[in-house]
Amino acid sequence: MTLLWIALLPLLGVLVPALTAQRGRSFCSLATAVLPATALVMTLLNVPALLDGEQLRFSVTWMPELALDLAFRLDGLSLLFNLLILGIGLLIILYAHYYLAKDEPFGRFYAFLMLFMASMVGISMSDNLILLWLFWELTSLSSFLLIGYWSYRSDARKGARMALTVTGAGGLALLAGLLLLGDMAGSFNMGDVLASGDVILADPRYPLMLGLVLLGAFTKSAQFPFHFWLPHAMAAPTPVSAYLHSATMVKAGIFLMARLHPAIAGSELWSVVVSLVGIVTMLYGAWFALMKTDLKGILAFSTVSHLGLITVLLGIGSPMAILAALFHILNHATFKAALFMSAGIIDHETGTRELKQLGGLKKAMPVTALLTTLAAAAMAGVPLFNGFLSKEMFFTESLATPVLGGVSWLLPALATLGGILSVAYSLRLVHAVFFKPAREEPPKTPHEPPHLMRLPVEILVVLCVVVGLFPAFMATGLLELASEAVIGSPLDFHLAIWHGVNLPLIMSLLAFVVGIALYWRHGNVRRFTQQFAGIDARRVFERILISIGYRSEQLIAALEGNSLQRYVGWLWLAALVMGGIGLVQITDLTGAAGNQPLDGILILGAVMLMFGGVATAATHRYRLISLLMLSVVGLFVALTFARFSAPDLALTQLSVEVVTMILLMLALFFLPQKTPRESSPLRNVRDMLLAGTLGLVIASLNYAVMTRDTLSISSFFVENSKPGGGGYNVVNVILVDFRGFDTLGEITVLAIAGLAIFKLLNRLRLFMPHSDGEGRVWSPDRYPAVLTSISMTLLPLALLVSAFIFLRGHNQPGGGFIAGLITAVALILLYMARGVAWAQERLDFPFQPVAVIGVAVATLTGLGSWLFGHPFLTSAFGYFSLPLIGTFELATALLFDLGVYLAVVGATLMILANLGKVTTAHRPVTETSGKDTDAAAATSSAKEPR
Amino acid sequence: MEPLMAVAIGLLYATAIFMMLRRSIVKLVIGLMLLSNAANLLIFTTAGMTRGAPPLIAEGMMQPPSGVADPLPQAVVLTAIVIAFGVLAFAVVLIRRAYEVVKADDLDKMKDTDT
Repeated sequence: MTLLWIALLPLLGVLVPALTAQRGRSFCSLATAVLPATALVMTLLNVPALLDGEQLRFSVTWMPELALDLAFRLDGLSLLFNLLILGIGLLIILYAHYYLAKDEPFGRFYAFLMLFMASMVGISMSDNLILLWLFWELTSLSSFLLIGYWSYRSDARKGARMALTVTGAGGLALLAGLLLLGDMAGSFNMGDVLASGDVILADPRYPLMLGLVLLGAFTKSAQFPFHFWLPHAMAAPTPVSAYLHSATMVKAGIFLMARLHPAIAGSELWSVVVSLVGIVTMLYGAWFALMKTDLKGILAFSTVSHLGLITVLLGIGSPMAILAALFHILNHATFKAALFMSAGIIDHETGTRELKQLGGLKKAMPVTALLTTLAAAAMAGVPLFNGFLSKEMFFTESLATPVLGGVSWLLPALATLGGILSVAYSLRLVHAVFFKPAREEPPKTPHEPPHLMRLPVEILVVLCVVVGLFPAFMATGLLELASEAVIGSPLDFHLAIWHGVNLPLIMSLLAFVVGIALYWRHGNVRRFTQQFAGIDARRVFERILISIGYRSEQLIAALEGNSLQRYVGWLWLAALVMGGIGLVQITDLTGAAGNQPLDGILILGAVMLMFGGVATAATHRYRLISLLMLSVVGLFVALTFARFSAPDLALTQLSVEVVTMILLMLALFFLPQKTPRESSPLRNVRDMLLAGTLGLVIASLNYAVMTRDTLSISSFFVENSKPGGGGYNVVNVILVDFRGFDTLGEITVLAIAGLAIFKLLNRLRLFMPHSDGEGRVWSPDRYPAVLTSISMTLLPLALLVSAFIFLRGHNQPGGGFIAGLITAVALILLYMARGVAWAQERLDFPFQPVAVIGVAVATLTGLGSWLFGHPFLTSAFGYFSLPLIGTFELATALLFDLGVYLAVVGATLMILANLGKVTTAHRPVTETSGKDTDAAAATSSAKEPR
Repeated sequence: MEPLMAVAIGLLYATAIFMMLRRSIVKLVIGLMLLSNAANLLIFTTAGMTRGAPPLIAEGMMQPPSGVADPLPQAVVLTAIVIAFGVLAFAVVLIRRAYEVVKADDLDKMKDTDT
């Protein structure tokens, strides 16, 4: 269980800064640190169990259809990464507390940071491939937010976008790769996958899968040629760079390669590709680190270089190489985070990161100078620092590996070259900033930062030194656990500073001598390289993006030409193609069931239906007539339902037809009166052709389906309606019981539509014109006496009928939907007959609560079944007998139907009454802003013709 | 009778699509209305057309007589009818708002969201 909490606490921590940001920065920083600190302690509490060789797993089935489990594991590798993520994360929180300017929204920063931390911990502990991928994507998203934190800066926005594009694309490739991997292994459980390495290697899809997974890993870990986003991500605030771009996120790709190592690494392909990409990345990064003049730029490229180094080691893949890789992950995280934070301090206190403006800072910032020098020494691989140990191991492994076959000697040579460059840029960083006199003055007078801001750097530098001095004591335990997790069996090794004079030591010495000389003459080197025009990765990237965008726009313009009609036309054309494909595959259009005989009434009905449709289209220039024809269609649809054994549908269609006609009448008044210029004849023909063809295809498909006996799940509903649902009307039982959840969704949609209309009509002002668009004067008799008296007489009757229909709904045609519509129609009739003002006085309550209460009643009925330990929306019914009245049935379904009834009444009235009110003083206004509204209401009612 | 019904539904679809392809907003709304009618009929008829046998169980019985109409499409269509009304109303008001912003009844002129 603690495993779940370790993963969950940082995620909960996202809320902490959001909730505490109001209470000042110190409180907020402290509060934010509590949850990750707890998670760190919980991780450490699990170490004894790990040392005892226990398998720490936690698993809950989440979405079995997607093979997604909420599964976590804590093994040595997860332990190593958790310590890095949570430990350095805590230091970053402290550092950011001082780094961010006073007026910057720190709450948001901490929230993003925690989101990132949570997703990293998730990657580190995932025991399921899909879950791992989810967290992987989450790191891309949260790092996008963090890089773009200073969103007012163009470089921050562009850098964030670039990082998201590259890592996001890699993430997609990874998803494909992981799906393949899971398919090959037959399971998405991490343990199963890692155990089935042989099956995976033998699978013919292995190269494809490997390519996709590596694409994900290389983009994330900034390996050549996807490295270019990392330097541009340096637009992020320095705490972010120190955290994401040195210690954690860029290590996610490395982590993935290490995690999946037992499953996918056993092939020649892996060794060659991974080690080659690694070595190129290492040299490329190191070279540009030497050339950059921006402090964070140097660190970014050196990070690229070190990530390359770790990748080479993973590519070599021998147990000792894995050990070296893990050790270097740890070492690099400590010294590089320290260096980034130092760079941030220098930036913070001097106002610049340009080497030109920096120099001689050792006088103003002696402590920072010392700390930076020590960390840089670790980066260069000076003996007695942790970087030296892992670099020596790297040299040793590069000498021992046969991975490149006949040219394997190249590897140690290139490794030494990397070492040389590493020494040179480390030296340059320290010397140019602290010792060499400055060429220009920095913008601010430098001084030491607040002590607590320096504390994280101090802690990390002390770690670098202590691990460097006592490697066996400090790191052996952790590395034993981590390497065992990757290799699968315990590894016997001994970390020591002194191995005697051997070839790796000579390589180190060579690196130092040549590296110092290179820095000595590096002005010449710079002048030499400046002859070549550099490629600005960002410009290339932006150009590609712009050209993709431009091409897409061209394509869209060619397809739909900015016309919504053509857009719809394409959709219909696609439907035509799909339907047509289906149709041509049918050998015989008339199915086995055959035709039923025709009769006169049916012919009449169908003819009227067709007449209505054609007349609606034909008279489309006379909107009122067109509407009348439309109502003919609606009526005959209702009659069709009645004819073919669907009394519920007929009732619903009839009552909806009424409200729809009222709605469309209002809409006629509401929508523009003038018709735009008529379409060209060509366009008319084109549209008719498309519509006609589609109509034919649909008719044929419909006919084909109608004449075939279809397999249906309905028999279940028919058989269980009475025994299971307690109702005689199967349709109603389906609605309120079997598929009650769908119905709940439907009434929610209806209520939302009503509320949205209410909001959209808010403050809409319409003035009733004298006549309609075609010059006809509105009737002067606004409230005809006949309608008034009839509506008054009908109202109680209609309410009675709706109550009757509602109550009998479970057993006879009827129910909440129909009863609701009848009630709504009766009330609307009142509005129409007596005017809004009159009705408003008598129905003085807002309708939106009615709809909301309806949805609430239905939901609560569903929730009620939880109280009895049943699933959501389980219905119960029973028979009760009362004296005089006799036996009757009470079912929770009735309560649910009541909710449906209320939602339908509320939503319908909300829609129609509010639409009707827009010309009156009762128009919907939610935000009453005093005088303005009153004045507006006064003018509009003054203008209202009477 | 199946061919006749199929033709009627196909024709309703054709008129609905034709109306939706007009440039006037009002015609689009009418087209939507026709389309929902046609679609409801289509779904309703997929289970076959049964005469005089509504899916009702006689009082005191546990199951309806065999051969009753399929209740499932009916339940689906019933909610669809009500929802279609809600969506239509929403579309009308939304179009009205869009008209107010763009000041054009011509759908060809509603090209972007900028005013």
